[in-house]
Amino acid sequence: MQCVVTGGNVKVLAKAIHSLSRIGEELYVEPQKDGLALRSVNSSRSAYACFLFAPLFFSRYSIPNGKDFRCKIAIKSVQSVFRSVATLEKTVEKCHIELDEENDRLTFTLHCKHGLLKTHNLSYQDSESLQAMFDKDACTTNFRVNPRVLVDTVAHFPPSLEEVTVTVSDERMWVRNYVEDETERSKAMLTELCLASDEFDHFVVKAHNSFTFCLKELRGLLVFAESNNLPVSMYFKEPGCPVVLSVTDSVMEGNFVLATLSDGSSPPKNKSKGAHTQQSLPPDDFMNDDMDSYLIAMDTSVASSAAEPPASTLTDPCTSKLPEANHKTRTHSEEEEEEEVADGPDRPPNKKFRSLFFGSVLPPSPQMSTQPVTTQEVLASDSEDES
Amino acid sequence: MPLSTQCQDDDKKYVLVASLDNARNLSNILKAITFKDHAIFTATSNGLQVTVEYCKTLQASAFIQTEIFQEFTIKEDLVAFQINLTVLLDCLNIFGGSPVAGTSTALQMCYKGYGYPLTLYLEEGGVVTVCKIKTQEPEELIDFDFCSTNVINQVILQSESLKEAFSELDMTSEVLTITMSPSRPYFRLSTFGNSGNAHYDYSKDSDMMEMFRCTKTQTNRYKMSLLKPSTKALALSCKVSVRTDNRGFLSLQYLIRNDDGQHSYVDFFCCPDEEGEEE
Repeated sequence: MQCVVTGGNVKVLAKAIHSLSRIGEELYVEPQKDGLALRSVNSSRSAYACFLFAPLFFSRYSIPNGKDFRCKIAIKSVQSVFRSVATLEKTVEKCHIELDEENDRLTFTLHCKHGLLKTHNLSYQDSESLQAMFDKDACTTNFRVNPRVLVDTVAHFPPSLEEVTVTVSDERMWVRNYVEDETERSKAMLTELCLASDEFDHFVVKAHNSFTFCLKELRGLLVFAESNNLPVSMYFKEPGCPVVLSVTDSVMEGNFVLATLSDGSSPPKNKSKGAHTQQSLPPDDFMNDDMDSYLIAMDTSVASSAAEPPASTLTDPCTSKLPEANHKTRTHSEEEEEEEVADGPDRPPNKKFRSLFFGSVLPPSPQMSTQPVTTQEVLASDSEDES
Repeated sequence: MPLSTQCQDDDKKYVLVASLDNARNLSNILKAITFKDHAIFTATSNGLQVTVEYCKTLQASAFIQTEIFQEFTIKEDLVAFQINLTVLLDCLNIFGGSPVAGTSTALQMCYKGYGYPLTLYLEEGGVVTVCKIKTQEPEELIDFDFCSTNVINQVILQSESLKEAFSELDMTSEVLTITMSPSRPYFRLSTFGNSGNAHYDYSKDSDMMEMFRCTKTQTNRYKMSLLKPSTKALALSCKVSVRTDNRGFLSLQYLIRNDDGQHSYVDFFCCPDEEGEEE
């Protein structure tokens, strides 16, 4: 694999990496035919981000022949290559990204002014494919707005604020900080901002809705969008479904997929394969909220065999090579069968991922502990295991 | 000037009297070598040398020549004592570390000799402070025996580019290796950290390279913890000379320009890491 980034694009690449670092601790790198994909996901699988740089973004782009290559690197290591964005702009002329498969290293070479050459050889681990499934076209509510508007909006909320609730009607959008408890509501400071539809470049609302998601992870995208002066598009269907935020230009596309909290008033659906609907829920009660609401449906090819210990998390390095194509299909269909088999109202479906939006907050619930241990590797740990 | 009268009566008793209109010309340089509490002050007719040593493997010296002082009187060939550098710096900055535009702290240092304290008279805006700091028997300084005839490789770089490299160095690496060679990569700094290794290469044709004199390819390892203190001196300097000798000992010399455009020097000598071997 050989990619060469020149001039101002080095800064764009660096900012994308810094943005991804706000999501997860590992950077998943996958050179594809349609471009270089850089992805990250958080430990509770409630936030996913992907930047796809088209071949035209690079002055040279060649991908490894034959098999698909993908790897993951500690994101802090990659950040150290692009540490000071301001200096990058002034001094870096070219950035080469090369794959050294013999030594399991990804080499970043920065050609700088004054004859200075910076070479970073970063070790990587083989990884499974990471791809969230989302369908922007199915989203009934979508906006496009100048990033400055969103940056100014979130500036009103303290940096420590975790979640915000966005409510939309035909003409307006309200952004409010999310407070869980009714009792807390009277003690907490509530902030609410209202944006009129004319502040947006594009504002389409098919249903009046509220959705709550994690603000912290969004900030990474906003910084990127603002510095590159790209409008931010938001796609949303209903509470419980993830909200998708995108920035695009002619050679690059960034998507941030954030899980949202179900408001409990409508049967939640998620977008994974074999979508599983549960019976209508009791009034908004945290403990009874459907697990699915917090999930981002993700497609991950499971690279392990049945002998793998079930409690392993996705952050364990997958030392085995990626499975052959036919094995991959077989595993995939096994899971589909299992999903259908587990279709019962009282048990959560046996999904590939179990992730909890409020992993650390949610008290241990009977639903979580009865996760069936099957031939399938459980790729996300229970909330109790999360540090 | 009030300060000059302070010492006059005891003139005959002082073996060393040094005055500066701007105490920062001394304190700024001393900041570059403050990684240990104690320093050895050595004064000769050439000026003042302040030396700090660490673990017998690192030695840093600041040289402030006679010309920098407004007054420099020395009654003996050599005056030496050991003093607490942190305390001295606190005294030099007694009127506050951050300089106010247009004002400066004037300094007069007086020393009566063996066993006597170092007396500092500091004045700013008409306010005078007197500080007396205890002195000790100076410890023997290590002679790194670094002489120019044994120098194998030398480069002189503009500090600007090295500053960038040093600020980005991977601190998870325990060692920093320096490769100097008449052929590629010419001058290379390498780290070996948790995430992998990194190399910073300076071409001999770079416009940051003021002098390039490398006769033999050498790669030497130095403990990162020993080189880290030198970054303070690097930050203050405008040029740095890097030399290695036949034993792999490293000499870093920093040229520091003060507010008045005068030059002072800070030298760092560092032993190579035991485990490493010269090529």
